[in-house]
Amino acid sequence: MSKVYLILQDNDVSRFIVEAVEDDNPEITVIYQPAMIRMEAEGQMVVNRETVEEKLGRDWDVQELHLNLVSLGGNVDEDDDKLELSWAV
Amino acid sequence: MPVQAITPEYTGDIKDKVENFHGNQVVYVGWDQHLMFPAAFAWPVPPQMSFGDFRDQVMDSGFSSHPEWKQINWDKTIWMLDGEAFEPDESQSLESLGIGHKSLLRFRTPGLNGFKGMGV
Amino acid sequence: MAAKKLNLKDKYKLLTRDLDWEFSYEDRKEAFPYEEFEGIKITDWSKWEDPFRLTMDAYWKYQAEKEKKLYAIFDAFQQNNGHLNVSDPRYVNAVKLFLTGVSPLEYQAYQGFAHVGRQFGGVGARVACQMQSIDELRHVQTQVHAMSPYNKFFDGFHDWTHMHDRVWYLSVPKSFFDDARTGGPFEFLVAISFSFEYVLTNLLFVPFMSGAAHNGDLNTVTFGFSAQSDEARHMTLGLEVIKFLLEQHEDNVPIVQKWIDKWFWRGCRLLSLVGMMMDYMLPNKVMSWKEAWEVYFEEAGGALFKDLARYGIRMPKYADVVEKEKEHVSHQAWWTFYAYGHAAGFHTWIPTDKELDWLSEKYPETFDKYYRPRWELAKKLEAEGKRFYSQALPQLCTTCQVPMMFTDMENPGELSYRSTEYKGEKYHFCSDGCCDIFKDEPEKYVQSWLPVHQIFQGNCGGPDVPDILKDFYHFNLGADNLDMKGSPDEERWKQWKSA
Repeated sequence: MSKVYLILQDNDVSRFIVEAVEDDNPEITVIYQPAMIRMEAEGQMVVNRETVEEKLGRDWDVQELHLNLVSLGGNVDEDDDKLELSWAV
Repeated sequence: MPVQAITPEYTGDIKDKVENFHGNQVVYVGWDQHLMFPAAFAWPVPPQMSFGDFRDQVMDSGFSSHPEWKQINWDKTIWMLDGEAFEPDESQSLESLGIGHKSLLRFRTPGLNGFKGMGV
Repeated sequence: MAAKKLNLKDKYKLLTRDLDWEFSYEDRKEAFPYEEFEGIKITDWSKWEDPFRLTMDAYWKYQAEKEKKLYAIFDAFQQNNGHLNVSDPRYVNAVKLFLTGVSPLEYQAYQGFAHVGRQFGGVGARVACQMQSIDELRHVQTQVHAMSPYNKFFDGFHDWTHMHDRVWYLSVPKSFFDDARTGGPFEFLVAISFSFEYVLTNLLFVPFMSGAAHNGDLNTVTFGFSAQSDEARHMTLGLEVIKFLLEQHEDNVPIVQKWIDKWFWRGCRLLSLVGMMMDYMLPNKVMSWKEAWEVYFEEAGGALFKDLARYGIRMPKYADVVEKEKEHVSHQAWWTFYAYGHAAGFHTWIPTDKELDWLSEKYPETFDKYYRPRWELAKKLEAEGKRFYSQALPQLCTTCQVPMMFTDMENPGELSYRSTEYKGEKYHFCSDGCCDIFKDEPEKYVQSWLPVHQIFQGNCGGPDVPDILKDFYHFNLGADNLDMKGSPDEERWKQWKSA
């Protein structure tokens, strides 16, 4: 299975998003590079609104992800509750 | 395959036809195994210029910064013109030797294989 | 009672799809005259999907927030003399190349998307292109603002739009976009949204920008990541565009494959510049060009093409050649700029011994064998007081317009020469990839505005090179060009640091 990835700016909001993604996707690898955080996973990765809200301690709209996003790879499916990245093969 | 265009039978102007070079033609020259020169050179020259003048004046102006240039034995140099083996004659003009507009001339200098023999 | 909040899917439907109208008295074909000539068949525009379901209201809201964050940083950079915090004054030359070579492409992308957004019959595509067009305009504006503080302190930043249209090496990026914009609307989307955004811009905007951060350039990394957050949306859209075209009609598959092949190759040639920026112009290293290529093309692009195999799409043609070239192109490009450093609008230099060792370590198969000897020769000549500047103009590839500096991957010690004849004229290319592109549409590429030939034709002033550089390119000779060593940039830096 190919790897999906999500790269965020290394800042104080992303820190909590990364924690949330780590909780919901125990298999991910997190790589820290200058100014950015790269998360990779085989086949699939999900960012759940609820988990991020819990970590941040406030409401969080999935579309807010764009404020801290750098790049991503995989087929995207986004709705009110999650952003999901996946490859079928 | 022809281009798919909005206009039927579309074709652009040929930007680099020889008529646009004011009596000159473009000749490219590359010295194999001497990658100090990152690419072959391009020169606009009159087709009537003799090969000897082309080599000793025009080519010299580009290649002489290489430490091996002065050591070249022209009798032992191997030439290629547009992908074919080629024997130049110093007294003949470029035109009569078949060196045309946008011809590519490559030469190789056996024994002189670049700085420290490394192809540079 | 509070109004019920719409969910994302319903909002997208109302604010995008429902904006369309029926053509009751105008001919639809006349309204969208460029939709068919490329041979692409669309049977149902309603199948177009935006996976982010972004609507205009949310777009403005989040883009405004991005801008506020970004401009706060630009202010901080300016107020705190950010230019003094870069790792090394050599680094700033990468920013000069970015401003003259890349930012104008953002403007071209803005114009291109505004144009094609008008040409599509589907409302989803039109709205997506409109947003992307505005994004691209934002990118050029933020980039100009981000880089303008450098213009106060360093040479070479003064006339970037003028230079983009004229300078020999900038014809490489310019002609890339000119080529895309003169294609039809669907080719433009495949070229830019897919090949350029999805397969290639990641390399410029992720590892290079991380490198900018690592070299203390707060402004550049911030505009880079801010732009890339839009690009992530563009990339996703690019992938959706491809899937949409492939699902609409089987006849689209070979056309799309041909465009993928062409634009992958054109993109790789353009990226030679980025390879050199990463390996040679970032004094503090994050990763080598080869490593970046492996992560962002081989791994990420490989996953993508594996996913597209179900539609009958294969890896781009010549991906195997590119896999070998990743060991070579950055070195060939920097050497070319070094050799033509008198004709460049930024400074060039011999890498330090430590940097040469880093290159040997990162490129164990190729650096010591092919490229270190070039630098040894350069050092020897410099020590003799004869800093090497190539004294004649280079042969250019007709398609990519890069000097023919690429070597043959079968024999990397020899230059790669390819040629063809068309209507009795000879044409030369750096590679099979560029030669194939020409042969497929010779009527288009006979018009290539090759800077070297234009100089010979007398269209760039002159006739002497210094006059062309000064009057036609607007270089400040002796300040913008030549080696970093002894440059006014270097002189000023020393003064600031000793103060």
